[in-house]
Amino acid sequence: MTPSENWTPDQPIVALRDVHKSFGTFEVLKGIDLTVMKGEVVCIIGPSGSGKSTLIRTINGLTPVTRGSVQVEGQEVHDGNLDKLALRRKVGIVFQQYNLFPHRTVLQNVMMAPLLVLRENRKEVEARARELLAKVQLHGKENAYPAELSGGQQQRVAIARSLCMRPDVMLFDEVTAALDPETVGEVLLTIKQLAADGMTCILVTHEMGFAREISDRVYFTDAGRICESGPPASLFDNPQDPRTQEFLSKVL
Amino acid sequence: MLDLIAPYFERLYDTTGLNFSPFYDSYDWSRLLEGMLVSVKLIAAIVAVSLVIGVIGAGAQTSRLRPVRWCVAAYIEIFRNTPPIVQLLFFYFGLGAITPQVDMGGWYEPMIGSFGWAVIAIGIFGGSYNVEIFRSGVEAVPTATTEAAESLGFSNFKIFVYITLPLAFRFCLPALTNNIVSLAKTASLAYVIAVPEITYSLSGIWSDNVNVPEMMLLLFTYYIVLVAIIAKAMALLERKLALPGYGQ
Repeated sequence: MTPSENWTPDQPIVALRDVHKSFGTFEVLKGIDLTVMKGEVVCIIGPSGSGKSTLIRTINGLTPVTRGSVQVEGQEVHDGNLDKLALRRKVGIVFQQYNLFPHRTVLQNVMMAPLLVLRENRKEVEARARELLAKVQLHGKENAYPAELSGGQQQRVAIARSLCMRPDVMLFDEVTAALDPETVGEVLLTIKQLAADGMTCILVTHEMGFAREISDRVYFTDAGRICESGPPASLFDNPQDPRTQEFLSKVL
Repeated sequence: MLDLIAPYFERLYDTTGLNFSPFYDSYDWSRLLEGMLVSVKLIAAIVAVSLVIGVIGAGAQTSRLRPVRWCVAAYIEIFRNTPPIVQLLFFYFGLGAITPQVDMGGWYEPMIGSFGWAVIAIGIFGGSYNVEIFRSGVEAVPTATTEAAESLGFSNFKIFVYITLPLAFRFCLPALTNNIVSLAKTASLAYVIAVPEITYSLSGIWSDNVNVPEMMLLLFTYYIVLVAIIAKAMALLERKLALPGYGQ
């Protein structure tokens, strides 16, 4: 996807405007507005069932929206004419349950999409994949199968797999929710390095401490709406919305 | 080979009256080998046809077009709910009678012979089970896994070929083994339309030598060994394809 002609890097790289999503008669998203600039790290927090995962999945087109607009680099995502492949090159996603390909080794998992989808040169892809695996501290695990790894290791493979497509934006959907407290740290460290390298990251997370530390901006969602947003210091220390106050008083 | 065992079986016949004629008579020996060869070819062809039908049928079952799904459902109902021998007779005598004849230079032969009809009929019969077996495998592939491929830009076709199919095949392998073994045995029905497979060959031998019990024993042994080989091969395949650490 070439960026829309009107889009320049000083405009939001991801922009959601009045996004509504219903599953049957149940409205999960009730008008979401959210903008992310290039290089920004944005966390979305809120109680379970508030629509956080649905929200993040609309950004790479996995979940179609009922109404409203989702734009990535100025291009409308939910437009029948959109080149889905091009969108997915731009936007990587990492899931709660890792979702690695169980029949392929770690290295193959990372190499598969660039080889099959982008049809890139095998040698280049392999060099890049090995480099990424080393970066996420998985050197030596290249030939292991996903089920032979711990949850934290699998999640780091999933991150490397997404990065190997060289995306401009990374989405993280509760990526530490299925991990034990000890391994959470290693995955968060990987994301922190990524953010430090300037990757645009949008995270749905329940790790409040991490959200506070890493974010440029935090959004609090409840019942399909964004109740409050702002820099982490102000949102966590001085929440204005009563629902945010209530939620934070319980989890912090 | 025959030279080595012939003296023993000739003596066995002389002393006990047990007449294993294929093991000392070269004509019966060649009939036995030919029967085994045709039998193995027949089973291989039937299994191949049934697998192709299974994959295509399982794919068609997920079609967005309702008439396509209905056709697959009707096919499964018809061929699972009628006896394979009736299907075989239907194809051979019913459809065989209306298929064109080919000029062989002076005489005419049907375009599809008895071997061909046996492969078609029993292959289609076995395929109806394979469709359901593959479907169960496809359904066992987690949506989350295919979604991950989708989010990496895989097209639906690539998802099916590189993710769904390899996983579904592994998931349904035990059920598939059962059906392949069952088909290997069902292939012996081709006897009734005179395909010269092992049952047919041996029936020729026992008509000539009046050694029915001995040939029955031989037939029995042949199938036990054959099925044991198939089962072993499938078990090896299953072990080779096993995903390290998966499901433990």
